Amino acid sequence: MSDENNVGEDNETVTGIEAPIYLKYNFTAGAAASRFLTRIKEGVLTGQRCPRCSQVYIPPRGSCAACGVPTEEEVELADKATVESFTIVSIPIPGNPIEPPFVVANLVPDGANISVIHLLSECDNAEVHIGQRVQAVWKPQEEWGYALDNIRYFKPLDEPDVPVERIGKLPVTGLEG
Amino acid sequence: MSQPDVLHQAFELGFTYTRSTGPVVGRFLTELKKRNIVGIKASDGRVIVPPMEYDPDTAEELGEFVEVGQQGEIVSFAWVREPRAAHPFDRPFAWAMIKLDGADVPMVHCVAAEAESDVATGARVQAVWADEPRGFITDIRCFELV
Amino acid sequence: MGQSNMKEIAIVAYQQSDCVSDAGAANEVELIIPVLGKVFEQVGITNAQDVDFVCSGSCDYLQGAAFAFVMGVDALGAVPPIKESHVEMDAAWALYESMLKIRMGHAESALIYGFGKSSPGELPNVLSQQLDPYYLAPLWVDTISLAAMQARLMLDQGLITERDMAEVVARSRRNAQGNPHAQLGGDVSAEDVLAQQTYVSPLRKADICPVSDGASAVVIATVEKAREWGVPYAVISGIDHCIETHNLGVRDLTDSISTRRAAANAGVGDGRVDVAELYAPFSHQEIILSRALELGEDTRVNPSGGVLAGNLMMASGLSRIGEVFNRIVAGEAQRGVAHATSGPCLQHNLVTVLEKGETA
Ligand SMILES: [Zn+2]
Repeated sequence: MSDENNVGEDNETVTGIEAPIYLKYNFTAGAAASRFLTRIKEGVLTGQRCPRCSQVYIPPRGSCAACGVPTEEEVELADKATVESFTIVSIPIPGNPIEPPFVVANLVPDGANISVIHLLSECDNAEVHIGQRVQAVWKPQEEWGYALDNIRYFKPLDEPDVPVERIGKLPVTGLEG
Repeated sequence: MSQPDVLHQAFELGFTYTRSTGPVVGRFLTELKKRNIVGIKASDGRVIVPPMEYDPDTAEELGEFVEVGQQGEIVSFAWVREPRAAHPFDRPFAWAMIKLDGADVPMVHCVAAEAESDVATGARVQAVWADEPRGFITDIRCFELV
Repeated sequence: MGQSNMKEIAIVAYQQSDCVSDAGAANEVELIIPVLGKVFEQVGITNAQDVDFVCSGSCDYLQGAAFAFVMGVDALGAVPPIKESHVEMDAAWALYESMLKIRMGHAESALIYGFGKSSPGELPNVLSQQLDPYYLAPLWVDTISLAAMQARLMLDQGLITERDMAEVVARSRRNAQGNPHAQLGGDVSAEDVLAQQTYVSPLRKADICPVSDGASAVVIATVEKAREWGVPYAVISGIDHCIETHNLGVRDLTDSISTRRAAANAGVGDGRVDVAELYAPFSHQEIILSRALELGEDTRVNPSGGVLAGNLMMASGLSRIGEVFNRIVAGEAQRGVAHATSGPCLQHNLVTVLEKGETA
């Protein structure tokens, strides 16, 4: 913004200032997230199980939000998932290289009780639906890092839908596959 | 479960705000652009620099501006031996509370000096202006010892 | 806050994490959850479902994560939903809010916690941005430098000596040896401190509290509820807070008039003060506060070591209240004063008076 925007009509009186602040930080992921990201770098999705209510959280944060107790037991999860909800994004998002329209979905990985957000692709957007079975499409292994985008996107699976009332509930279907 | 390395990532957080000044702060900054320093008269007659919008004791709205001197006296100071990257100097300097001539209340700004021993409470200082004042507190680049 | 016709409120539990210089391995929830687990155990309850209200204190700027305090709720067991609130301040003010909640009859008990992870940022710079956004923040004048100017005003006016400041540090380090959660403890003499070179003159590094990561938690309840729980308690007999103008030039930095006023309203002078825990991030500020609270020779000041031995931003004020509670329930004190502060050069101060409760 130019200085002209910060002065009054007389072009002299200051009416505003630009006062940008930049603060430097060193973010640390925390124990649970570090563990999750370390395993996803190995191509494995993991969650943590609550010792009290047995719910499995992904990504894990080191606690069960429902019970308020620490979670430590690590659970390996399949890279298959069920669509819990989704939206079709039709406008470009600044800084996002993906061209619209694209599908963003809440996906419950098999073995987990809550959803993670990821992309759906290789699908007809008009046919995406709740309960749909999907599977991860991974980037080439040499590109794996400490990030959920090691999975490029999820794509539809030729499996029967999961009834709405069973999505995210134990026991989980499809884990054997 | 083995403990992983703690993952960390440096980042910079920017708050890129513009701020409205209102008439009182705006007047002070406008005067800085002209290389003048103004204060404001408080309810009890004290001259406060930089000006405040409301009286700190009575909450009365203030509006009587007073031009003050560009020299003043150090009321207190802190000698910064190891400047931080954000600081206005990359060599040792002082922060000071400076009571400008004609003001009754000190203002906080920085003082350029070669050595801590050159700075003292009661020392006289003078404002040093930026080459191109733009209506910002750093139009006063610093104060230097007289 | 007056007492008449109101239910007495008491502290029933207090826990604090270790003060560590870098809790890198722990996120917000991982910092909080062990402390909450212990404080629940101390009361004999399971989680936040067993209290009527929860209030926390934290500041997202410390770790540079917007709405980090929302993540803290993951530590509570908030299913089904709980009544929860947050202050972007030290959790001592969360305790104040919780007392109001109980006073209004909306709760019988409350959990209060504070947490701070200051290590990810450069704390003095971060705190500089709480200053006047037109006149001070753009200069990046840091909080240590402001405190240094405050100390010099006192030194110049003969109100303190550098030795007085060093004695405060030495006592803090000595007392901290008995505090397992302290970050800096040791057998340090005033001479040792005075032998250090200055850092931000006139302050030496030892005059300045360390940067610490950690959390603390307190449970308060009506005295009736405390008796029902069957736990030892200390009654909050008075609490008040006052703030001064943001303009440092207008303030008398050699005194703390806001502390004096809060102390009068909280009734500090109405009885003997056996122990005082003061939130003094700089050595000279402990002297300002002791004088403002008119503490005498018979008051033990900062037996925990105080924040010079470890400073959990956004939790240290709550911890001061907890430390006084500990002395009272341990039988070491009948009556004590806890102080919390916020802002540059002791701008905003909260004073709490705790007294030993009558045994049931
Ligand atoms: Zn659970």
